[in-house]
Amino acid sequence: MYIPHTEAETSEMLKSIGVKQISDLFNDVPLKHRFSRLAIPPGVTEMEVLEELKEYAAANEQAGELACFLGAGVYNHYVPAAVDSLLRRGEFYTAYTPYQPEISQGTLQAIFEFQTLIANLTGMEVTNASHYDGATATAEAGVMAYHHFRGKRPKIVLSSAVHPQYREVLCSYLCGYEDIHIETAGKGESALSHPDNLLKLIDQETALVVVQYPDFLGRIFDFRNLVKTAHEQGALVAVVVNPIALGLLTPPGEIDADIVVGEGQPLGIPMSFGGPYLGFFATRKEYVRKMSGRLVGETTDAQGRRGYVLTLTAREQHIRREKATSNICSNQGLIALATTIHMSLLGKNGLKQVAGLCYHKAHYAAKEIAKLPGFEVIGAEPFFNEFMVKCPKDVATLNYDLLDLGFLGGYDLRKEYPELKNHMLVAVTEMNSREEIDDFVQALKEVSDD
Amino acid sequence: MTEPTIYELSSPGRIGFRYPAPDVPESALPKEFMRQDLPMPELAEVDVIRHFTHLSTLNYNIDKGLYPLGSCTMKYNPKINEATARLPGFTFTHPLQPIETVQGNLALMYNLQEQLKEISGFAAVTLQPSAGAQGELVGVMIIRAYHRSRSDTKRTRILIPDSAHGTNPATSSMTGFEVVHVPSDARGNVDLDVLKSLVDDTVAGLMLTNPNTLGLFDENVIEVIEIVHKAGGLVYGDGANLNALLGIARPGDLGFDIMHFNLHKTFSTPHGGGGPGSGPVGVCAKLADFLPSPIIGIIEPATEEIAPLYGFVTPAKTIGRVKSFYGQFGVLVRAYTYIRMHGPEGLRKIAEYAVLNANYLLSRVREYYHLPYERTCMHEFVVEGNWPDVPDIHALDDAKRLMDYNFHPPTNYFPLIVHEALMIEPTESESKQTLDAFADALVKIAEEARVSPELLREAPHNTPISRLDEVKAAKDLVLCCWIPDQE
Repeated sequence: MYIPHTEAETSEMLKSIGVKQISDLFNDVPLKHRFSRLAIPPGVTEMEVLEELKEYAAANEQAGELACFLGAGVYNHYVPAAVDSLLRRGEFYTAYTPYQPEISQGTLQAIFEFQTLIANLTGMEVTNASHYDGATATAEAGVMAYHHFRGKRPKIVLSSAVHPQYREVLCSYLCGYEDIHIETAGKGESALSHPDNLLKLIDQETALVVVQYPDFLGRIFDFRNLVKTAHEQGALVAVVVNPIALGLLTPPGEIDADIVVGEGQPLGIPMSFGGPYLGFFATRKEYVRKMSGRLVGETTDAQGRRGYVLTLTAREQHIRREKATSNICSNQGLIALATTIHMSLLGKNGLKQVAGLCYHKAHYAAKEIAKLPGFEVIGAEPFFNEFMVKCPKDVATLNYDLLDLGFLGGYDLRKEYPELKNHMLVAVTEMNSREEIDDFVQALKEVSDD
Repeated sequence: MTEPTIYELSSPGRIGFRYPAPDVPESALPKEFMRQDLPMPELAEVDVIRHFTHLSTLNYNIDKGLYPLGSCTMKYNPKINEATARLPGFTFTHPLQPIETVQGNLALMYNLQEQLKEISGFAAVTLQPSAGAQGELVGVMIIRAYHRSRSDTKRTRILIPDSAHGTNPATSSMTGFEVVHVPSDARGNVDLDVLKSLVDDTVAGLMLTNPNTLGLFDENVIEVIEIVHKAGGLVYGDGANLNALLGIARPGDLGFDIMHFNLHKTFSTPHGGGGPGSGPVGVCAKLADFLPSPIIGIIEPATEEIAPLYGFVTPAKTIGRVKSFYGQFGVLVRAYTYIRMHGPEGLRKIAEYAVLNANYLLSRVREYYHLPYERTCMHEFVVEGNWPDVPDIHALDDAKRLMDYNFHPPTNYFPLIVHEALMIEPTESESKQTLDAFADALVKIAEEARVSPELLREAPHNTPISRLDEVKAAKDLVLCCWIPDQE
């Protein structure tokens, strides 16, 4: 389909190689298995494939057509037109990893700016070029802490209010290390327990404490006390953040966190059914050599001009092989570029504004839902754009009824926290107008009355 | 020439994007959580557009020309893929929506799983891994889980040929295995005698790239796999070089137990300047229960009137989750589009012309560059980038000089077993004219190495910036922009 050769050219090429036909080039392949016929549908043209893909897309129901109050780590935010307009430049998306800096300064400077923006947003000193998503960035925090203590601290204290999928991925990644055991606080306790309940688990065996801000249940806690206790015990602290929330909230860098990770999706990335997203990873300069992932550094060329290169590559798999800090290779380059463009456009003012809109609208929604008979907004803690509602009915049932009325209801917390039966996690963003929120409240009332 | 950073372009008070005014009453934020300072730049939309447009012009890219990076398969990225992946019905779906509302997404993923199974000859496929390296991680985790499930706990070693990608050993040690290197023989195949001497009941598996990174199809691949299987080990296939095998031979048929795909290599999805990739993994029947959770399955079979209901399935002995949600969905849509457009004949043609192009290019340059293994290559080949009569010129110099001829250099200094390696993979999407121009440049450079070696040593001369001081970058470690406000 995308092969430019004419028959005449092919013949000339075969002649130059010295074989009669193309199949002669495959004589090393065992004859028994050579040229296996693939039972897949025959190829179609561009016009036909577009129609087919439109049919798949049309078989979905999408946010926008449905009013979206679903979050749980992925949020329906507006992406300014300029972001995709720049991303569609072939100069960016058809480039490879910038291993040849002389002809990759565009990608390299963009990553350098990404590193700066994330460091400034989180209040940290250094950031890498990205991880696959928030979950794997969290897992890499565990791996880094484990190596930092050379395996001598075999315990990770993991709050049960960290995103359930992030906890699962952290466990998958760390099961390579035989001696590490991951303690999950809240086992046997309520998911709603205060982070101070983690304090008793932190000891001299602890490599890392992982908490989330705002946490998976939407709550905002002051982790100063927890960080202090962890540091007294010599442990590191990783904070998982929602980057949009940091437009309003004190960044973890200011409370002395050692690692800040998160999901970059809210910063200009479409929800796109779960990916591609962006994991970001920020830490202090003293840990930079233990951090995995690519890094871009500033330097000069032979004429003294400023330029950028991939640096500290001796940590990486293509150089250190089995001694590398991680096997990561391809990361989320283009998605990091998207968030860099998004943050540059929003700037100081826009980021504050969007965070404010999410905060105010979520609080308005919470107040209105709290007025409904049978519904209760749970928790006395402050929240950002997401909150728990105890409903009079099973959430899954409510959500199917809400769908009929044109709403994508909140996340059913019972899926991950059996004790939170009938608890819905409602997310609100700048995309939800007051009218839409009022309609949602009305719809909740209707579907609970049935 | 030097483009200022976004912080240098920033001007206090400038607005790049406006949100609507709040339409709800404002709520106060508790003071103790209020952020004081938000050190973000301030630019207008036009500033942002021009800045990133300027930056983009400093990049080499496939849309501009040949990108012959060995083992990276930098083929043309069809534009239709970008259109299909951006259909709003895909991009505006939330991953946690009820499955009944995302049947289009799930059907597409299910069908892609089925197609990858058929293309590779494996019994089951997961689309979850984010990139090739994460696919490898999944593969090695499955190897470990398989042996553990049989209470076979003494298997602590993974065999890796010396021509392997760096991710193979890095993955093995990430999962707690000891790495044992297997040398190559004089024809570039796995050395069978050494392999036989290494396999025992402590070997968990072998990670094999075939065609290997020399661009050679291992002539003894069936025997290599049998040796490992006989000793109770599993064989992992690194799918980085699958482009050479589409419709030619299925790794599952050859005896491989596990393999990752690189959708961003073989199936034309863009590399994006370093991702997102996508690294689905295929496994043989006895390993299907170990795949990461969830995979896409049919929950309610189709009836005469109703389409099947697609949903999520948790494999019985799953190794768990390695990523949030289900995979790099947008990348999956692009790869699906590509496979649908090609069909069986189209896919085989890809492999045929990729191999034709590599052999043609080799025929044009082999007189001028030493070829360490005299064999028909597959989709790529490796030559030496220096010459005994000009020992001061290195592969790096050749690579940098190619930039002056407006080509991206090949992969260099890899594989490690070839001295001063230049590893060249043209892919099927390049025309004879492009290959001829590239061959002419390589021939010219071989001549320049003798006549005017300084041209190579000081290259590149025509790029936006010249050779950069990497030592200074690592020593000074400036990892963030200078911010005027903070000085």
